[in-house]
Amino acid sequence: MALLKTPLNAVHRSLGAKMVDFGGWDMPVEYRGVLDEHRAVRHGVGLFDVSHMGELDVRGPQALDLVQHVTVNDAAKLKLGQAQYSALLYGHGGFVDDILVHKVADEHYFLCVNASNQDKDYEHIAANNHFNATVENAGPRFAQLAIQGPLATGVAQKLTDINLAPIKRYHFVDGHFGGAPARIARTGYTGEDGWEIYAAPEHAVRLWNEILTAGKSVEIIPCGLGARNTLRMESAMPLYGHEIHASITPWEAGLDWIVKLDKGDFLGREALVKQKQQGITRKLAGFEVKGRGIARDGYEILANGAGLGWVTSGGPAPALNKNIGMCFLPLSLAGPGNAIEISVRGRGVEAVTIAMPFYKRAR
Amino acid sequence: MYPDNYRYTKEHEWVHVENGIGTIGITDHAQHELGDIVFVEVPKVGTHVEQGKTFAVVESVKAASEIFAPVSGEVIESNEALAATPELLNSDAHSAGWIAKIKLSVPEEIDRLLSPTDYQAYLGEG
Repeated sequence: MALLKTPLNAVHRSLGAKMVDFGGWDMPVEYRGVLDEHRAVRHGVGLFDVSHMGELDVRGPQALDLVQHVTVNDAAKLKLGQAQYSALLYGHGGFVDDILVHKVADEHYFLCVNASNQDKDYEHIAANNHFNATVENAGPRFAQLAIQGPLATGVAQKLTDINLAPIKRYHFVDGHFGGAPARIARTGYTGEDGWEIYAAPEHAVRLWNEILTAGKSVEIIPCGLGARNTLRMESAMPLYGHEIHASITPWEAGLDWIVKLDKGDFLGREALVKQKQQGITRKLAGFEVKGRGIARDGYEILANGAGLGWVTSGGPAPALNKNIGMCFLPLSLAGPGNAIEISVRGRGVEAVTIAMPFYKRAR
Repeated sequence: MYPDNYRYTKEHEWVHVENGIGTIGITDHAQHELGDIVFVEVPKVGTHVEQGKTFAVVESVKAASEIFAPVSGEVIESNEALAATPELLNSDAHSAGWIAKIKLSVPEEIDRLLSPTDYQAYLGEG
């Protein structure tokens, strides 16, 4: 099958980006280099094309009931213009996906989902739609640009009449951005302040160029998926297929805070209640490599030669100047301060479990 | 860009042979493809390496890549500067970013490697 392309594909190529197949999408992994792009977002501002991300629209008199049924967080708590991090689970308690739920109107919720999960998520929600609500796979109607970094708000403000400063983190407004109708959300996947702009694909190229122009004085640079990954990893944000997937539950992934057992019944609740009573045996942990080496996704964690768990994401943390990662470990070892050994190409490399997130922005 | 007196592999290593000693590194093309290099695992002195077999590992921010020995022989020196400054592979792949020196055990192996002209033609095909 041919790779899917965002409306900015030709722009990325003209900028000399290295392109990769990311879950079936032809996406830029880096332009100038991952380290420069990472630094730009930590200290200034960077621009990402995240149009591959999926969008689902849930509408109708029972839109909330459907959202409540398929997600773990309490969407009833959302105010208009508010967003929340949540997840879709299977009945057995494993992840279908992690998502952002936006309350657009009383009868309209907008879900931002992972690119490669978009069709699966749509089918999952549609199959569980026993409510007076409709679900639309709205991905084709949206391009998405992420402006991220401590200087992001100043750049975004140049392109809209809406006063952005009072909009809190995990809130959004619908309005005009660069002259185009857009959803302007103070969200992101970098651990920094920033904005995610949803607009129709036909505006994507112009908005991209206008954002780069607006950010020129603060040296904004385009950033690829390479930096997006190192940024989210430093901030210990989960990535589907790594920290979370169908065989992992929210308790195991350390995402207890998004599960609201008291909100009423929802898909996966029964399994979660049961697992909570029985107790989990493994848990996601953060680690820092102490020896010489970089722990990569899939590497084994060893104790006396026996396998204890596996690395879910690992690599250099550019802002911290060390090699870090996340891994699944037996519960007794998952707390901070435990010595572990990671098998790097057959060689045991010392590491120690540490608290997450690894990086936290100054507020 | 690609020195005349070096020989190259299709896996993007170079070797510069002088007096039976081959200095080995990765090509400028390779460093560009890998992106920011953050870690290099150099071979231990005294190790015997074989042409075409893994003898070092270069890690970018994104991934680890095995480096294959362009010639067989014994490692007589490895570039210790890379431990502190792996980015030398990005900034100076063909000189300061050398990885190891090997005393050639099968000098005629060099004849199977690519000339700079052939290597660049090979890059052009890609």
